[in-house]
Amino acid sequence: MCLGIPGRITEIWDDRGTRMALVDFGGVIRSVCLAYLPDATVGQYTIIHAGFALTRVDEDAARQTLAMFRELGLLDAELGAAEAEVGP
Amino acid sequence: MADTADMAGWACPAPLRDYQRIVLGHGGGGVLTGELIEHLFLPAFAAGSSTTRRDPTSAMADTALADTALADAAVLAVGGIRLAFTTDSYVVRPLFFPGGSIGELAVHGTVNDLACRGAVPLALSAGFILEEGLELDVLGRVAQAMGRAAAAAGVRLATGDTKVVERGLADGLYVNTSGIGLVPPGVDVRPDRAAPGDRIIVSGPIGEHGIAVLSVREGLEFGGDVHSDTAALHGLVAAMLAATVPGVHALRDPTRGGLATALCEVAAAAGAGIEFTESAVPVPPVVEAACGFLGLDPLHVACEGRLVAFVAAADADAVLAAMRAHPAGRDAVVIGSVTAEHPGVVVARTAFGGNRIVDRPLGEQLPRIC
Amino acid sequence: MKYLTEFRDPELARWLLDAIAATASRRWTLMEVCGGQTHAIIRHGLDQLLADQVEFIHGPGCPVCVTPLEMIDRALAIAARPEVIFCSFGDMLRVPGSGTDLFSVKARGGDVRVVYSPLDAVHLAEAHPDRQVVFFAVGFETTAPANALAAVTARRRNLTNFSMLVSHVLVPPAMSAVATAPGNRVEAFLAAGHVCTVMGVEQYEPLVAEHRMPIVVTGFEPLDLLDGVRHAVEQLEAGRAELANAYQRAVQPEGNPAARKILAEVFTVCDRAWRGIGTIPNSGWRLADAWRDFDAEIRFDVGGLTVAESAACRSGAVLQGLIRPPDCAAFGTSCTPRRPLGATMVSAEGACAAYFQYRRLAPAGAAATPGSPGPAAGLQT
Repeated sequence: MCLGIPGRITEIWDDRGTRMALVDFGGVIRSVCLAYLPDATVGQYTIIHAGFALTRVDEDAARQTLAMFRELGLLDAELGAAEAEVGP
Repeated sequence: MADTADMAGWACPAPLRDYQRIVLGHGGGGVLTGELIEHLFLPAFAAGSSTTRRDPTSAMADTALADTALADAAVLAVGGIRLAFTTDSYVVRPLFFPGGSIGELAVHGTVNDLACRGAVPLALSAGFILEEGLELDVLGRVAQAMGRAAAAAGVRLATGDTKVVERGLADGLYVNTSGIGLVPPGVDVRPDRAAPGDRIIVSGPIGEHGIAVLSVREGLEFGGDVHSDTAALHGLVAAMLAATVPGVHALRDPTRGGLATALCEVAAAAGAGIEFTESAVPVPPVVEAACGFLGLDPLHVACEGRLVAFVAAADADAVLAAMRAHPAGRDAVVIGSVTAEHPGVVVARTAFGGNRIVDRPLGEQLPRIC
Repeated sequence: MKYLTEFRDPELARWLLDAIAATASRRWTLMEVCGGQTHAIIRHGLDQLLADQVEFIHGPGCPVCVTPLEMIDRALAIAARPEVIFCSFGDMLRVPGSGTDLFSVKARGGDVRVVYSPLDAVHLAEAHPDRQVVFFAVGFETTAPANALAAVTARRRNLTNFSMLVSHVLVPPAMSAVATAPGNRVEAFLAAGHVCTVMGVEQYEPLVAEHRMPIVVTGFEPLDLLDGVRHAVEQLEAGRAELANAYQRAVQPEGNPAARKILAEVFTVCDRAWRGIGTIPNSGWRLADAWRDFDAEIRFDVGGLTVAESAACRSGAVLQGLIRPPDCAAFGTSCTPRRPLGATMVSAEGACAAYFQYRRLAPAGAAATPGSPGPAAGLQT
């Protein structure tokens, strides 16, 4: 398994040719290597593993996923209400 | 493609043998520490004693010796009074960390061990092991921190000792403090008094000390404030005992090994089960974040200024109110209760409605990648 | 924390659970490939909540568990050398080789250090030019980019005192081995989401086609796992076998191109022995020939070190999903995290350790001993 934690990039610099960043993990801040996200910018969320940013968090996709889960809930509620109506 | 993984021919790894030397985990306050006490110290110290110990922790308080080794402090009857007696050594690195230093820890830790037997701390000893080359300024700052902490706690640093070892044989400085305290009449606080029905109260947010220290070691910074929670707790305990003396059954300060270890040790000592609601445990967001980042369980992270109390159900409201009225217990909260079911086992109810068993960590906590 | 707490919402979890229950007409057998997923499933009790719809078989997804014994022994031999600073991820220290572990080597005077990032090891090499710094480069595809960049950085900085003991493993060949194993019961895979952040998803297309099994790329939070299960169950119920991505916020179809480029340069695919399973062809990475000057096996001449494992436990069957940890007679009795008989009990991410740590209470009456993890029962509220 690979422990991967999302955090927000707060600062970017170059350390002798290696792109580095400060990343804020909910109040915990650590320097990470940005070599694999050459286009990443301050403010973006990224998933960190072993001190390296591996991927950007796609905020739209995250929102859509959560919205889809909520829709399941609405469906659930409607079904529940329908059942209640036809129930005894 | 990959079709040669041999089902019948899988090979098995060799067992890990018992360590023949001390490893760091023996000092982690978890399972390895417990086994060292059970298998090495207790038999050696109790040679000739007829006490039988089926389970090292359930035998707690059977004898003064077991009591000494396994409760926070021993209680000794001396000339008509009861003295609580304890000792603790402090080897924290770094010596100074956000919110405190080894100096405050050395006073608070020992005071808290006395407090967890319901004792009023009276006096401490201070033994120093110093490494050749240590800057006097560092020692001075530690000593002043101890002096301030002791004065604030109202205990005397009554006696001491200093030794110096050659450079390289110690990591700057180590401190040992021993303490004595007076157990007021009628007060009987010990882990094996926890009983089914007791409410379990945690005095405040957990894990801040461990994360503050770890932050320095792991090169973490904190956007918000993370400070060690190091604090003396005897004032809080006095306030709780003012609410009820008989209702306060057991107290534990969850230091090494964290809240999980404290709960497991009390469950074992009391021969009872523990159930708690995971979401009720106050974990500060930054502790949660740091634990997520390092792959640690907040329940295993040390506190130095918190206690967990096992209180008779009828007295729980009064004790909780008394705790919340005290600065050291402002955020006290009930997290669960003691049960007659599953003796010796601690069970957490998850936010999703499942349950899981909570165990002590094996040894020290290490950051992991996977 | 943003992008974590939202995916732990109990109310949304309830809706997902309801959706899965409404879809499943029978109990399906799924393998979550990654040990982190195993932990989340058990830690949050998801297997209890899905007991009627899903049987989880825990996959071989713990790089620490599957690192072969001889590689551990090589690490121990190198770490014991006086000129060496041996750097490792923390989880590797407790893994036993032939009778000892890195903790013991450290206790005997070996300079063993835990690093969080492989770059920390490179920095140590810079700071200690008079010492040999060796980094134990284990891990799946997720960790490999970090390890590769350690070599790249060391070369860029002309460090001659840095080397790596490389024992990388690759996930798709292991999944294929599981799917083709005689007696396989796995009907669908929850693929390891963080591996896919690096490698993308296309490498699973041939697996789906060849084995006719759904593969759902899945994250690690409770809602991610439930969504992965939902996707898999929907496909199984409909008789479909497709590649799906239930971790879209983190996994792009192409993975991370910059990382894949460096991986292709620094590493070469090789056969790899998986501890407890055996050798799986093309299931590992070693340093490419152009990078052999950083290979600690060559530098310290430990490549010839081979050992046999003693037979005692069934970790191989656990790793391949043929049995559950509590099905092993040794589980919780002669085999505990304190005295592990098998690799799966060693790492906190190992399936047996996960079961042991988060084991369940047995039904009332049966004592809650370490040997009775029991299925969902007991105190469930």
